[in-house]
Amino acid sequence: MAVMNVNPTRMQLTKLKKQLKTAVRGHKMLKDKRDELMRQFLELVRETKELREEVEAQLENSNKHFVNASAVMSKEALDASLMSPKQQINIETASKNVMSVDIPQFESSLRTSDSGDIFPYGFAFTSFELDDAIVSLNNVLPDLIKLAQYEKSCELMSAEIEKTRRRVNSLEHVMIPRYQDTIKYISMKLEENDRSSRTRLMKVKDMLLDKAHNYSGKQQ
Amino acid sequence: MAKNVAVIGDAESIKGFSAIGIDIYPCSGSEEAARLLKNIADSETYAIIYLTERVYNQTAKERSRYEERLTPAIIPLPGVTGNEGTGRKRLSSFVEKAVGSDIIFNN
Repeated sequence: MAVMNVNPTRMQLTKLKKQLKTAVRGHKMLKDKRDELMRQFLELVRETKELREEVEAQLENSNKHFVNASAVMSKEALDASLMSPKQQINIETASKNVMSVDIPQFESSLRTSDSGDIFPYGFAFTSFELDDAIVSLNNVLPDLIKLAQYEKSCELMSAEIEKTRRRVNSLEHVMIPRYQDTIKYISMKLEENDRSSRTRLMKVKDMLLDKAHNYSGKQQ
Repeated sequence: MAKNVAVIGDAESIKGFSAIGIDIYPCSGSEEAARLLKNIADSETYAIIYLTERVYNQTAKERSRYEERLTPAIIPLPGVTGNEGTGRKRLSSFVEKAVGSDIIFNN
């Protein structure tokens, strides 16, 4: 039994009872929070897993095109054709609050209005493989940004779930039993004091009566 | 505020990203990668930083500083040398952290 180091007084007892009530309520709420977070997290992770598999497959595909392009073109020509990019992605970041966890929302926009305007070179001296590579990479881009958003959310949520779980467990297995034990200890101690003072009073009453009426003398 | 996207990795794997509007930071060697990551992550101009798997695995210490922040999101991608499964492992580690055991990737 884990009893806190407190004085067994009535005031402490009321205080502890109040604290226990708060702890129990907090425990219930945190448990609800954990369950809901867990549900949303698992949903998100499943989605993220699928998205990642898809993105990785697409990237592999585009890498293949690149390897082919670099086989056909010289390294210098390839580097030179990619040297001055036309596009620039701008990301607007916002945050969304899910069960007290802030998760990011990425909104992407391009510098030029035409999203097809991606080739930073003329077509005359480059291989068509390079065009394929860049087109396929451009096609992954929306998924790539979504993946970043999802994975970051997963990361933040998993950290929050771990924290919440720790809190729930510490309340359930440490704080609440400790309060309950201490409350029991104090009320037992108070009852015991009560009984001992009652017997003492009865004893004193007997002694006083004995003295006043001399019972023990009469019996002899 | 509008932020940009960056990618760090070996030059072969990342040069294509420049065409679609992502800033590329080629590097070789783990020390250079760590320094680059720190510089561009602290500059606050990037919302997303993609790393090739090799760089991702070399910079565990630097990455840990940004885990709790909203941005930048640091995400591993497979490089030109093939998929090593780092992204999958990373997701599975999140599940393990949250649930206690991996219930999604174990099959």
